[in-house]
Amino acid sequence: MSVLVFAETSEGQYKKVAFEATSYGAKVAELLQTNLVALSINAKDASQLSTYGATKILNVKNEKLTSFNAKAFAEVVSQVAKSEAATVVIIDSSSNGLYLAPLVAFKLQAALASNVVGIPSTTNPFVVKRKAFSNKAFCLTALSTSVKVIGLAKNAFGIFENTVETTLADFNPALSDADFGVSSKQIIKTSGKVSIADADIVVSAGRGLKGPENWGMIEELAQVLGAATACSKPVSDLDWRDHAEHVGQTGKQVAANLYIAIGISGAIQHLAGINSSKVKVVINTDPEAPFFKAADYGIVGDAFEVVPKLVEKLKIFKQNNA
Amino acid sequence: MKLHLFYPTKQQKTIKNMKLLVCISHVPDTTSKINFTEGDTKFDTNGVQYVINPHDEYCLTRALWFKEKQGASITVITVGTQLVEPTLRKALAIGADDAIRVDAEPKEAFFVAQQIADVAKKEGYNLILTGRESIDYNGGMVPGFLAASLNYNFVNACIGVEIEGQNVTATREIDGGSEVLATTLPIVLAGQKGIVEEKDLRIPNMRGIMMARQKPLKVVPAIEVILNSTTVGFEKLPLKSACKLVSPDNIDELINLLHTEAKVI
Ligand SMILES: Cc1cc2nc3c(=O)[nH]c(=O)nc-3n(C[C@H](O)[C@H](O)[C@H](O)COP(=O)(O)OP(=O)(O)OC[C@H]3O[C@@H](n4cnc5c(N)ncnc54)[C@H](O)[C@@H]3O)c2cc1C
Repeated sequence: MSVLVFAETSEGQYKKVAFEATSYGAKVAELLQTNLVALSINAKDASQLSTYGATKILNVKNEKLTSFNAKAFAEVVSQVAKSEAATVVIIDSSSNGLYLAPLVAFKLQAALASNVVGIPSTTNPFVVKRKAFSNKAFCLTALSTSVKVIGLAKNAFGIFENTVETTLADFNPALSDADFGVSSKQIIKTSGKVSIADADIVVSAGRGLKGPENWGMIEELAQVLGAATACSKPVSDLDWRDHAEHVGQTGKQVAANLYIAIGISGAIQHLAGINSSKVKVVINTDPEAPFFKAADYGIVGDAFEVVPKLVEKLKIFKQNNA
Repeated sequence: MKLHLFYPTKQQKTIKNMKLLVCISHVPDTTSKINFTEGDTKFDTNGVQYVINPHDEYCLTRALWFKEKQGASITVITVGTQLVEPTLRKALAIGADDAIRVDAEPKEAFFVAQQIADVAKKEGYNLILTGRESIDYNGGMVPGFLAASLNYNFVNACIGVEIEGQNVTATREIDGGSEVLATTLPIVLAGQKGIVEEKDLRIPNMRGIMMARQKPLKVVPAIEVILNSTTVGFEKLPLKSACKLVSPDNIDELINLLHTEAKVI
C-alpha cells in the first residue's frame, strides 16, 4: 500500500504545485500510516522531493514525454500506481493536472474528487471537502472505490518542508503508439509575463478603467509586485485585454495569496472566480460596489489617482525591504 | 438569425458524416444564491433559475458553426429528470437538430459519463463537445471519463478547433499560454470561452422556439452503473470579517497592512 503523488515538472524543473501536492501527499500518507511515493517525468533533480516528505521517488526519463501528453502521462501514472499498490493518487490542478486526472482515474477504476481543499476528514468512509458551486460553497464527497484519485485545488494546502530519507529510482513505462493519439504541435507562451495560474499576486482591472489605453498603470503595478495581470469578463469581451486574462465563473479561477481588484464592481460571477484567493483588496470609486463586501481591504477612490500613488509607494517599499 | 444555413463546400464531401453530440448540463443560473436544506445535505432549489451551463453553450454555438459551414447533424444530450427538458428545448431552439434525455438523476460524474458513453456507442458520434466543467459541481470530470470510456481522443480546456476530413487541430488553454494539438476524429473536446466568442452566442428567436417544439426529444432509460462517489453534505463559506477601509490619502497604511497584518507582500 502507498500514497502516490504526481509531481509535475516544466522543462525539467518542478512546478510550485508539485511541492504543494507532495506536502499534501505526505500528510495523507501519515493519516493512512503508509509511505509517500512521488512520480515525476523528466525531472532534472528528482531528489528535491525528499524535502517535502516523499520516501520514494520514481523518475521517468523518456524523450517522447518531453512535452505533456495527457493520455501517455495517464498511462505512466497508472502503471506506477499499480506497481506501487497506491490506494490514493494525488494530482495537482494545473491545466495539465486537470486534463490528466480523469484519465488516470478511469484507468485505475478509481473515483476522482477534483478541487479538493483539505486532507480527508475521515478515511473510512473516505470523505474529502471540495470546492463547488463556483467557489460559493463546499461539498463533502465520499469516495467508495478501493483506489481514489484526488485533484488537489491550487494554493489550498500550502507547501511544508519535511525532509525524509528517500530512495530514488528510475521508472521505465511501457508505452504504445495508441498513447500518442494527440500530439503537441506548438506551445504559445504569453511572453515575459507571470501566468495567473502560477502567480502569488494577481492585479486585476475592470470596466472602471474606461479603455485599454489605461492599462499601463496596471501593468506597472503588476510589475512592481511580481504579479500577474487579469481582468473582468466585459473587459475581455470588449477586446480591451486578451481572453486569457478573463477571471471569474466563466473564466479562470484565481487562488492567489493576494488579489487586487481595480475598477471592478464585484458581480457575483466575478467573485465566484476569485473567492479562493486569500486576501482581497478593492479600489473603486463607488463605496456601494459589491466588491467591498467580499474584500479584506478597500480604498474608496479613483483608480487614476490611487494606482499611480500605490505604484510609487510600493517601489519605495520594495527598495526598503529588498 | 438564420437557423438552417447550409453552405455546401468542398470540405463537405470528406466530412459529410460529421455527427455531433453536444453534452448539455442543466445548472443554476450564475446569479443564484447557493443554499442548502435538510441539515446541509441537499441543495436548495428554491427560487433557483436553471440555464444551459455557459461552457456548454459555447460548445453548442461552435457545433452550429460546423453544421452551417461544413455540414453536420447536432444532437444534444442531458442526463436528468423531466425537470431538465426546458434546458434541452432551449438548445433545440438555438439550433440543435434533436435531443436525448437519459432519464436519471445525475448523481455523480462517472455515472453521467457512462450514460452518455452508452448512447454515444450506439449512435456513433464522431465529434462530442462538452463544457470544460459544469458551474454547479465544477468537477471537470465528465469529459475525460467520457473520452476514456469511448477510447476517443480527448482535448481539455479547448479554445479553438478546426476539422478537415478526419484531422483535428485543437488549441487548448495552458497555464501562461496555449498549445496547438494535432489529432483525429473521433474525439471528445471539452470547450470553454474561446471555442467561440461571447458575441457569437445566439439567443433563440421566436421561429427557433416554435421549431424546437416539433424537434424530436427522445427519452432513454439509464443503464446500471455502480456509483463511485456520493455527496454526503455541503458547507457554506465561512463568514467574512468586514472590509478594512483605507483612505486614498494614506496609501502607506495599505502597504503596511498588506505587509504586517496580511503578510502577503
Ligand atoms: C453567464 C454569465 C457569466 C459571467 N461570468 C463572468 C466572469 O467569469 N467574470 C466576470 O468578471 N464577469 C462575469 N460576468 C459578468 C458580470 O455579471 C459583470 O457584468 C462583470 O463582472 C462586470 O465587470 P466590471 O466589474 O469590470 O464592470 P462594471 O460592473 O461596469 O463595474 C465597473 C466598476 O468600476 C468602478 N469605477 C468606475 N470608474 C472608476 C475609477 N475611475 N476608479 C475606480 N473605480 C471605478 C465602478 O464604480 C464599477 O464598480 C458574467 C455574466 C453572466 C451573465
